[in-house]
Amino acid sequence: MTTTFRFTVNGKARTVKTEADRPLLEVLREDLGLTGAKYGCGEGQCRSCTVLLDGKPVTSCVAPISAAAGKKVVTIEGLAKDGALHPVQEAFAAEGAIQCGYCVPGMILTTAALLERTPRPTDGQIVDALNGNLCRCCGYPRILAAVRRAAEMRGGANAGQD
Amino acid sequence: MPDKIDLLETVELLETIAPERYELREPPAYEFTLSRREFVEVAGAGLLITVTGSVARAQRGGPSRGGGTLESRLHIAEDGAVTILTGKVEVGQGSRTELAMAAAEEMRIPLDRVRVVMADTDLVPNDGLTAGSRTTPSTVPAVRAAAAAARELLNALRQGAKGNAATYADLARSSELAAAYKQTPGGAAATPVNDWRVLGKPRYRLDGREIVTGAHHFPSDVRRPGMLYGSVLRAPSYGATLAGVDPGAAAKLPGVTAVREGNFVGCAAPTSYGARKGLEAIAATARWETRPHPSSATLFAHLKETASKPGGTRAPRVQSKGSLEEGLGQSQYRLRAEYHVPFIQHAPMEPRAAVAEWTDGRLTVWTGTQNPFGVRDQLVQAFHLTPEKVRVIVPDTGGGFGGKHTGEAAIEAARLAKEAGRPVSLRWTRAEEFTWAYFRPAGLFEIEAGVDAKGLIRAWDFTNYNAGTAGLESPYRGANVRTRFYYCESPLREGSYRGIAATANNFARECFIDELARAASADPLEFRLANLDDSRLRDVLLAASKQFNWRPRGTTDRRPGVGRGIACGTEKGSYVAACAEVELDGKTGQPRVREFVMAFECGAILNPANLRMQVEGSIIQGLGGALTEAIDFDNGQLKNGSFAKYRVPRFRDVPPFEAVLVNRPDLAPAGAGETPIIAVAPAIANAAFDATGEPSRSMPVRTKA
Repeated sequence: MTTTFRFTVNGKARTVKTEADRPLLEVLREDLGLTGAKYGCGEGQCRSCTVLLDGKPVTSCVAPISAAAGKKVVTIEGLAKDGALHPVQEAFAAEGAIQCGYCVPGMILTTAALLERTPRPTDGQIVDALNGNLCRCCGYPRILAAVRRAAEMRGGANAGQD
Repeated sequence: MPDKIDLLETVELLETIAPERYELREPPAYEFTLSRREFVEVAGAGLLITVTGSVARAQRGGPSRGGGTLESRLHIAEDGAVTILTGKVEVGQGSRTELAMAAAEEMRIPLDRVRVVMADTDLVPNDGLTAGSRTTPSTVPAVRAAAAAARELLNALRQGAKGNAATYADLARSSELAAAYKQTPGGAAATPVNDWRVLGKPRYRLDGREIVTGAHHFPSDVRRPGMLYGSVLRAPSYGATLAGVDPGAAAKLPGVTAVREGNFVGCAAPTSYGARKGLEAIAATARWETRPHPSSATLFAHLKETASKPGGTRAPRVQSKGSLEEGLGQSQYRLRAEYHVPFIQHAPMEPRAAVAEWTDGRLTVWTGTQNPFGVRDQLVQAFHLTPEKVRVIVPDTGGGFGGKHTGEAAIEAARLAKEAGRPVSLRWTRAEEFTWAYFRPAGLFEIEAGVDAKGLIRAWDFTNYNAGTAGLESPYRGANVRTRFYYCESPLREGSYRGIAATANNFARECFIDELARAASADPLEFRLANLDDSRLRDVLLAASKQFNWRPRGTTDRRPGVGRGIACGTEKGSYVAACAEVELDGKTGQPRVREFVMAFECGAILNPANLRMQVEGSIIQGLGGALTEAIDFDNGQLKNGSFAKYRVPRFRDVPPFEAVLVNRPDLAPAGAGETPIIAVAPAIANAAFDATGEPSRSMPVRTKA
């Protein structure tokens, strides 16, 4: 049983005819060729698969494609605008917040959403927002530094320790 | 003279270099099986510098000096860009950047002029596994030697060139090179540490932009035209055997190819969803015969029961000197204790993954492995091919930690692709990765030791069941020592892990050292210093304790529920010490780390930014094994094989900590990816011991509430 779903991915209108219970992650990766979102656990526990759905971070490995119908999806491939990196992307590269890099797209999108709602997060707010995102290289200190830097770059000076 | 090791090794390597003119318009002269077209795609036309075995095969050991196979290590393109070829892989440990830095340093060119082609078995020399912290001590010198030789050769040519202004690019296009390359360059010295312009400076990962934009393709991201997605049938428990199955159940579904050959059952479909549905249909027809299997509750008794006997095929490894009896006789304090270390899982973010493609009987597999040539050999064997018919390519991979030395996904993807006649992508699920990847070995330890009235260790009897031999030898002074390792029957599949057995051996040893210090009423730091001769180990102990502001036991007021601990160790040529302060949770009694300091020394630091990440990552990853991680299994089934149930460190678990990097520019660089982790758990356990007065004798550390 297939259904037709219409949604926007990285600003582009997309139509997919597929099973309604297929994970959004697999439609993005397999049907649309957007492999930036990663499979890490398939149960929403590691958030490597994070994409933005109408601006909110969701675990696309457990979100069915039907949940994206009529909505705007942003993946890591859609974050840079006209070749200019998003401040969060720039901050992750500049702070070297990358070891194997597999968790990084999910970390960046989660951070981008955090800074939208909380432009000047405290360290506590950063840790709370990212606690669901696993990094097995355990590069958390560099990632924290990158999020602080991204907040500064966006103009909200970091509120510092809480 | 340890401070000469770097230079001596390099000179030794250089003696065996024999650069060869590699004319790309001619057929390959040696075993290099790439076609001209493939190589030009990768590196462009130009010069290929070929080196002999002991440089190229730096890690594999064996008699390769003088007349080893010629292998290509360095290429200079017609635009002057340098390409380094290596069989090492990048799994997040920073090898790609480090090797590029090594080449840039010796070629005297900017870092952005160097490319590193890694782990493509058609293109690169076999540098062995990416394991054992060997890239820094083995492959970096090999690359530096090749680059230094190339530099000297090109400089010699340049001096002969008119006007002295020739660039590497000019030289690479020069028609005079053919003759020049017939001359072996003299000993080209590697650049001394004091003259480093690239090495020794902090550099982050060079391909950061590809990572942050999602442009980098990990093994599980590789896409090929017409590619299908695969799924493989797994047993319901360890030891279960397949009595019957009907793959035809899946073949009815649209687009699904199903196959059974012996124990292998799987299917491929145009989507992962389709493959899962196909596999569900197959699984519903499967009949399994299960058998009783040990459980984690009885693990340590099982290890002891199945321990190897002297004289058997896997006889215990025993080393001894002096007389334990005599040593114990000289001792004022005699202690005996047993320690336990469970199985744990690496759980890299990217599970095992492979894309396999057959073209005219030749197999190409893109896969995430730390063992590219080993996986090629496994594929050769599995499909009865010759090595030239198999190409393994390892794109920079999503984590390894010693957990990806094998080729299961590669073989499975290749079998499915063969059946389907199309490329197949197979990515293990997290549940598969938890259950069927191999584990860090569990271990049981029995230790007995004696300490004299002066606080000196007089007898040391250390027995390890199953955990492995890395880090088995005690670094402490002792005239009467016995060290035994027993092979056991492991209930689970076991293999390497970051630091592997050194973590377990060091945990048992360092915790027991604290028990001895307490028996002798000595401060744990003072006790260690009194029993250690190795100045490098003493130095890191002093560096860590200074940064931590260690106060001798009994000189400060005790706070209830708070304890401080220290531990040290040496492995793979590097040295580590750590101090921890823990607070016991008021309700559960479990320790929480309040402060952590580590000092680490691995000789001359090649890339301080990357070293810091390796040390910090080891500390935090080590917190998992120290406090939360243990595989729980019952009658052959995993009870906690998911991130929801198996607790690995998350953001909130990161304690306030500091990493002190001790630089020794006078010493040869050693690897740093593993050793820092071996001091984490014992420092925490010893802090818990200090807080409770009861020794913590198992990983993860549990206190009696």
